[in-house]
Amino acid sequence: MKPMKRKLLAAVCGASLLVAGAAAVQAKTLVFCSEGSPEGFNPAFYTAGTTFDASSRAIFNRLVEFERGTTKIGPALAEKWEVSDDGLEYTFHLRKGVKFHTTKEFTPSRDFNADDVVFSFKRQLDKEHPFHGVTEGAEYEYFNGMSMPDLLKDVVKVDDYTVKFILNRPEAPMIANLGMDFASIHSKEYADKMMAAGMPQAIDQKPVGTGPFQLVAYQKDAVIRYKAHPDYWDGKAAIDDLVFAITPDPSVRYQKLKAGECHVMPYPNPADLEAMASDPDVNLLQQEGLNVGYLAYNTQVAPFDNPKVRKALNMAINKEAILDAVFQGAGKVAKNPIPPTIWSYNDAVEDDPYDPEAAKAMLEAEKVSGLQMKVWAMPVQRPYNPNARRMAELIQADFAAVGVDAEIVSYEWGEYLKRSKDKDRDGAVLLGWTGDNGDPDNFLAVLLGCDGVGGSNRANFCYEPFEELIQKAKVVSDIEERTKLYEQAQVVFKEQAPWATIAHSVVFKPVRKEVVDFKIDPFGGHIFYGVDLK
Amino acid sequence: MLTFILRKLGVIIPTFVGVTLIAFTFIRLLPGDPVLVMAGERGMTEERHARLMAEFGFDKPIIVQYGHYLNDLMHGNFGVSIVTKQPVLEEFITLFPATVELSLCAILFAVVVGLPVGMIAAVRRGTPFDHTVMAGALTGYSMPIFWWGLLLIIMFSGILGWTPVSGRISLMYFFEPVTGFMLIDSLLSGQQGAFKSALTHLILPTIVLGTIPLAVIARQTRSAMLEVLSEDYIRTARAKGLKPSRVIGLHALRNAMIPVITVIGLQVGVLFAGAILTETIFSWPGIGKWMVDSIFRRDYTSVQGGLLLIAVIIMVVNLIVDLLYGLINPRIRHTE
Repeated sequence: MKPMKRKLLAAVCGASLLVAGAAAVQAKTLVFCSEGSPEGFNPAFYTAGTTFDASSRAIFNRLVEFERGTTKIGPALAEKWEVSDDGLEYTFHLRKGVKFHTTKEFTPSRDFNADDVVFSFKRQLDKEHPFHGVTEGAEYEYFNGMSMPDLLKDVVKVDDYTVKFILNRPEAPMIANLGMDFASIHSKEYADKMMAAGMPQAIDQKPVGTGPFQLVAYQKDAVIRYKAHPDYWDGKAAIDDLVFAITPDPSVRYQKLKAGECHVMPYPNPADLEAMASDPDVNLLQQEGLNVGYLAYNTQVAPFDNPKVRKALNMAINKEAILDAVFQGAGKVAKNPIPPTIWSYNDAVEDDPYDPEAAKAMLEAEKVSGLQMKVWAMPVQRPYNPNARRMAELIQADFAAVGVDAEIVSYEWGEYLKRSKDKDRDGAVLLGWTGDNGDPDNFLAVLLGCDGVGGSNRANFCYEPFEELIQKAKVVSDIEERTKLYEQAQVVFKEQAPWATIAHSVVFKPVRKEVVDFKIDPFGGHIFYGVDLK
Repeated sequence: MLTFILRKLGVIIPTFVGVTLIAFTFIRLLPGDPVLVMAGERGMTEERHARLMAEFGFDKPIIVQYGHYLNDLMHGNFGVSIVTKQPVLEEFITLFPATVELSLCAILFAVVVGLPVGMIAAVRRGTPFDHTVMAGALTGYSMPIFWWGLLLIIMFSGILGWTPVSGRISLMYFFEPVTGFMLIDSLLSGQQGAFKSALTHLILPTIVLGTIPLAVIARQTRSAMLEVLSEDYIRTARAKGLKPSRVIGLHALRNAMIPVITVIGLQVGVLFAGAILTETIFSWPGIGKWMVDSIFRRDYTSVQGGLLLIAVIIMVVNLIVDLLYGLINPRIRHTE
């Protein structure tokens, strides 16, 4: 009897294991080996991509969103919108039937509506708003950084499904701004409930959004777990669970990817790229990053106030050599101040050729001899410049070849940013920029507009014909007309040469072969809605 | 014994005050302020910069800031992280068990392997075993942790597939932490295989973090044993016809243990330092990695809170070591 019982037990156990196994197979879990812990879960407080991946891109939606894999903006929580003729009023018609997440702390009693939109923006705009300062020390970094307090006069509810944004001045990139992470929509009902419970700051720690995934658990520096939002307005995600396995070291991330412990990893170690490309289990995706690395001359200090001198120096720089030595293949020569993934990129512009002899002759023609200058090298690694010191050394050698004596200087990062803004700054600065909203204005006006002189415009470049073009493009809402203006602006830029445009980084994204339809986000984000597993 | 303890405590209090001062000033000596680092390339207006500095209290004279800081500490308030906006103490307590678990395993590994190896090397002085141990110890001591960790991962996780690559437990298992110690929590969770998973995840980081202490302990045990073995009383014991195992195990080892325990105590500091790298390689969510991140972000409150808490722990461990000496060797507590 006993052996019989054992057999029966074994059969039952086996069957239940099979059932459990089948259930485990059915639940699709995608593991992303992320590079670090998010700073928090309210994207409005932060500016780091790591934080956005974990918060805005998974948990929240915005009124308008970028089409996955592009910088093109499209409808999301707003189905459509109109802009008034004077460009001062934006009216958004909201999507109906959008559900917020149901969590341990909160069960929504109503769908998303205009109150949530007004709440999400007023909280950032109005210093007297009851939720403005509920999280101690929190700052609305991006909202301020994009000048929204100056731009936005008011956000008004017209009816439950219509919201009006009233601006102080026309601003064509406004729609793109509303697609940014800080513009994520939060639940007002949840906020009110937490306020009534005496813990309003909970809304920033235990987020509730309308996004494709909802937060299940977070263990700092270890793991973030999400599950697919079952009632997501655009249809439930193809994967059931999303897990971020926080893995700070890039080589270890690759080992995990190889071992099948994760499906997607960001920021590979350049030294591993070759092995990844030949790895049979891995697809190595690549695309130019939404960034530009440049050397900015101080155009208000002689002899750099002379465009011909700047042009001559640009011709002295061997960019291909820099790409090989500094980017190790993970870069592309930049000829324009905006990256090729941005609309209005002018591919017809011709780059200054590398020609030391001609450069020398041009300097002589301008009566510049025995020039001594400083080249500033950043102390940190950035996406647009993985090794500024090395880059500066190469530029120093290139300049020496045309008789220019360059001295390399560097400061601690915070100091570097501060000192390099100085209008009387001595020398040319290595720096760069990563785009925020995919709008050319975000590069051209911020980095080269007259308003940025003594600030984000490190070249202190304020040139009337260029300024006219970018100011006009700011107030026109027709995209074709804007494209033409920006294309022209890039031509003027190249003639004037306030920078030596050096490189756009190339972003590599290793994903396992079983991952279906993962797209590189030009903004550097990692978006898992729309991704499936074989 | 009581006066001995009081005397030791008397030293700890001024040390503690000194540590608060160092923790407070060192991070401020680093150039660059947290607000500028936070803003990055985007920058901010002078006015907004000034307002933020005032909000964080960084605009006040250093001495006033220090006064506020001490006052807060007296009330058990370690401040709120500038970056995550979470209380520093809360973050520390969440992450600390992971570091303790790893450090305990590493020191256990170092002692369990290092002591006998050092002893045998001393007893068999000059033999090939002795030479091998000493060469191994020197190699272990000089090996960069980062390289050693990656090497083990590539070998045992990548090529052989014996151990998991990184993390504390397989992502299959999911339970709320109770104690923060994964070995205990995995047992408490009752999930089948969870404990084994936690244990296998500990193997490589334990070896990596334990390598330097292991080398130090083995060398220290060997030299302490050699010294003791040449003492008169050992010769006497041998002359009396005691069994070699008794001479070495009882008479020699107990006396040789004093410097070894000192070294083990000092290794606690080394472990915390090593944890910074080990935790980064093995994605181990402990305080080492947290401190490094905080320094890079100029998160003053987290750095000074973390430094202080770590210093207190090291002081307490050293106090325990001092007390242990007293127990092992009564001469120490009587002569001091």
